[in-house]
Amino acid sequence: MAASITEIKRGLNKGEFSSVEITQDYLARIARHNPALNCFISVTDEIALEQARAADAALAKGEVAPLTGVPLAHKDLFCTDGVKTTCASRILDNFIAPYDATVIENFKRDGAVMLGKTNMDEFAMGSSNENSSYGNVANPWNTEHVPGGSSGGSAAAVAAGLAPGATGTDTGGSIRQPAALCGVTGIKPTYGRVSRYGMIAYGSSLDQGGPFARSAEDCALLLQTMSGFDGRDSTSAEQPAPDYSGALGQGIEGLKIGLPKEYFADGLDGRIAGVIETAIDELRKLGAEIVDVSLPNTGLSIPTYYVIAMAECSSNLSRFDGVRFGHRCEHPVDLEDLYKRSRGEGFGAEVKRRIMIGTYALSAGYYDAYYLKAQQLRRMIKQDFQQAFDDVDLILGPTTPETAFKIGAKTDDPVSMYLQDIYTISLNLAGLPGMSLPVGFSDGLPVGMQLIGNYFDEAGLLNAAHSYQQVSDWHLQVPEAFQ
Amino acid sequence: MSLKPTDVRNIAHLARLHIDEADIDRYAADLSSILDLVDQMNQIDSSGVAPLSNPLDATQRLRDDEVTETDQRDKFQKIAPDVEQGLYRVPKVIE
Repeated sequence: MAASITEIKRGLNKGEFSSVEITQDYLARIARHNPALNCFISVTDEIALEQARAADAALAKGEVAPLTGVPLAHKDLFCTDGVKTTCASRILDNFIAPYDATVIENFKRDGAVMLGKTNMDEFAMGSSNENSSYGNVANPWNTEHVPGGSSGGSAAAVAAGLAPGATGTDTGGSIRQPAALCGVTGIKPTYGRVSRYGMIAYGSSLDQGGPFARSAEDCALLLQTMSGFDGRDSTSAEQPAPDYSGALGQGIEGLKIGLPKEYFADGLDGRIAGVIETAIDELRKLGAEIVDVSLPNTGLSIPTYYVIAMAECSSNLSRFDGVRFGHRCEHPVDLEDLYKRSRGEGFGAEVKRRIMIGTYALSAGYYDAYYLKAQQLRRMIKQDFQQAFDDVDLILGPTTPETAFKIGAKTDDPVSMYLQDIYTISLNLAGLPGMSLPVGFSDGLPVGMQLIGNYFDEAGLLNAAHSYQQVSDWHLQVPEAFQ
Repeated sequence: MSLKPTDVRNIAHLARLHIDEADIDRYAADLSSILDLVDQMNQIDSSGVAPLSNPLDATQRLRDDEVTETDQRDKFQKIAPDVEQGLYRVPKVIE
């Protein structure tokens, strides 16, 4: 079976197989493997086959859009018109979205086929996919380990070959961290690059959508479809998206890459550091110049992030009130009881913790000490990056401090889970683009390398990752049980 | 920073969240440990730094005052828990 989107596109255009055939192949793989992995909350076979038939008809007429007939999976956080959209929460278990997110509309416009909606941490709050009301997702490389989160279902589906590509969202690392832990490629674009319209909000000043695929080449194709200005998102960037695929293959001769010393300090697993060093050597051989940089406020990014993300989530999630859509409790005695019990029954423990911390941080008397302070530190963290980018083209480091941990290992201690995001969350605070690509293994589990770009330089990131993937085959590895 | 059970009950009320009485102590411990993490922010003097709310320092974009949304009441109310004659029904709020 063809593994990459690029190969699927070529096969479809040459008539080597039809979209219906390839879609059926993926649906069969999902039916066979999803029980063990739990990547999907909904499998939309009927819609997939209908879209595939339409794609085949279009291909027969020579009407080829960028992704005509290519099957993909979508994180169950993107609203899909007429299709259940749960955010992995009990409060939305009965929610049939009445409209399409812009990202979904774009994939329809470009001819893609939707295989289903993927599992995730509830409302994208988590780093292990254990906070899903539909059960945890297993890592295809070792099913006793987590796939990462929050877009764990999308990352695991691509790693196991249940979809050649998938969408995700990243508020503090939710694309890059699961991409690293599952050994796939994923990119979080610059804040504002991909429309947030119809992407159920967690932290509105941090959330960005982006793709997962096996390679940077495939990510370029998916990001092209996802990107672009959207008047329906008030924070959408009025910047035309460049031709990402066309920017690949420029090589990285003379590219200046900075290594932040704070990303290689205490707390990083030595085996991951070793794997990253080897990848850095490869980049040197390709002509990149490697220099040291410093991001002195890295350590503050976790507390800063959690104040801002939790404050924004407590505000965003107030819309789930049991009145207009979603879960409503039985026999409410009054309106307050309706709100409290609908929300108490509908939200899981981590979502409740974050809403409560956010509510506390924004409450009278505490605003300056928490929210205002965090916004000041946010600017200092952004300035660290701006200073570093005065001297370098890209910044490089590990994506995560450790490889995929065992299911259940961190569930009793929310703070230890938050520390997993140390290298990823500062980008969301600064609004910068970043990606993770596989660069090796440690004890049989994938290691991800993170590349960080300057504002709106997704093309530069993809080109650097593609250059590395031309001389390595880590991105082509498939776990034995799913070959 | 240590939150007491009464603090948790108060915050839960402000957030309109029902928390089972049996879970209050656990939330008090979890929220206190998160606030301990957050208190690390005080290690740094940030006085005089302008707060950053939008990562690109962008300001609100305005649009022309034109009607762009059409009425989709029936579609939206189809997914509501309880509607009657085009209205959302909730428990009585006015005596």
